[in-house]
Amino acid sequence: MDLVVQGIVRAAGLLASGDREILEITLLSLRVSGGATLISTVIGVTLGAAVALNRFPGRNIAVSLINTGMGLPPVVVGLWVTLFIWRSGPLGDLGLLYTPTAIVVAQVVIAAPIVTGISLAAMQNIPEKLRFQILSLGAGRARYLALLVREARLPLLAGVMAGFGGALSEVGASIMVGGNIRGYTRVLTTATVMETGMGNFEVAIALGFVLLVVAFIINYVLTSIQQRIRS
Amino acid sequence: MAGTVRRACAAFSAALVVTILAASLAAEERNVIFATTTSTQDTGLLDALVPIFQKKTGYFLKVIAVGSGQAMALGERGEADVLLVHSPEAEKRFMDRGFGIRRRVVMHNDFVLVGPESDPAGIRGMKSASWAFKAIAAAGVLFVGRGDNSGTDVKEKKLWRIAGVSPEGQKWYQQTGLGMGHTLRVTSEKSAYTLSDRSTYLSMKRVVDLAILVEGDPDLMNVYHVIQVNPAKWPKVNAKGAQAFADFLVSKGAQELIANFGRERFGTPLFFPNAVR
Repeated sequence: MDLVVQGIVRAAGLLASGDREILEITLLSLRVSGGATLISTVIGVTLGAAVALNRFPGRNIAVSLINTGMGLPPVVVGLWVTLFIWRSGPLGDLGLLYTPTAIVVAQVVIAAPIVTGISLAAMQNIPEKLRFQILSLGAGRARYLALLVREARLPLLAGVMAGFGGALSEVGASIMVGGNIRGYTRVLTTATVMETGMGNFEVAIALGFVLLVVAFIINYVLTSIQQRIRS
Repeated sequence: MAGTVRRACAAFSAALVVTILAASLAAEERNVIFATTTSTQDTGLLDALVPIFQKKTGYFLKVIAVGSGQAMALGERGEADVLLVHSPEAEKRFMDRGFGIRRRVVMHNDFVLVGPESDPAGIRGMKSASWAFKAIAAAGVLFVGRGDNSGTDVKEKKLWRIAGVSPEGQKWYQQTGLGMGHTLRVTSEKSAYTLSDRSTYLSMKRVVDLAILVEGDPDLMNVYHVIQVNPAKWPKVNAKGAQAFADFLVSKGAQELIANFGRERFGTPLFFPNAVR
């Protein structure tokens, strides 16, 4: 138990001193997972809207696939992304493996289905009457979509938060496609795994703490926006 | 409606691909992928060596810390440029099959058999590691293996063979499939025995309840070699960068750093350089 206490004390010390490496790791985590969330939001909201607002053969299969994708195991994503982007893979010429971009790609694969699934449910929840009303008032396609997104913004933001949480917290894919390279692809989760393996528990505790605080701040900001819209 | 979405998606993916292409083509030749064993990272040795190399040469070294087995598997596919491994028999097979071009000795240390202070199998001070393995098997005390095809794992399996015991499937034998640091912690939690390289054990000593019980057997020698991946097999391999890093590892400066590494923190060096005569 004293190790935990010691760990927390040293973690606080590390954070208070503004440890440069922890700061850099945190910023990289934010950049990578934030970027992945942004891309996932564009893909997810578009795809979610497309599936929610259209009727087409095999639609149930598509929806089931999206819902399954919401629970994709990060290690499986990591493995498949690796197979695609390593030198002998179909995208090998891009030289993407062990780069921050590779982590973004993997996290998009993880987060995009989450955003898509929640967007789909959100858009489908908009009463059909309202949709016809917007159309009958002569709105163009772009305006129609913009109004629907506006209408569903509460659950859509929840989808973005869930996607961000999925991206920021996963470790399996990041370690496989990023390689946990110091000062380059080492993010909060992979650093935590490594420090734990090396027996540096106080650093691991500090990193875990930062991860939680970052997640909280981002979610607090998004929630504030979300709740302000409602009131 | 669907058309708009499709066009937007297409434009977006095109933009993404262009960005990625531009970003990745710029830096290719400078990058060297270096696959190595977990012990060199877990001890902090690489954190001491790599920045010096990068500063000196301008290469960017991508250090991927995996077991020796996985490092060589990456080398076989041309997914790594240069390897630092400690699994001599597997290394020879790797060279014989033409996957590596130069194999040079870098450093050595030794393996130690560690276990709980109370030593329930009574192996403390034994001169032969394989005898100690036999005693552990006979006493049926838990032994935690790596089971990950790493250099340590291969060494451990060899010692079981010499001892004439097959541990797989026995009640007293478990495998973690994890790196040495994690495996030492598991072993400590379970008050079990395990085989570790001395360097990782020393760097973890602070947080595990394990003591060195058997050491000094010639069978416990642990030698690290650097191997450059054969660019004739895989043209995408960065042969120049691999050569530069391999040369650096056996250079006088790096060898001196290795000789002194760990003296301050552990009171004893963790690795002994072999390359400078």
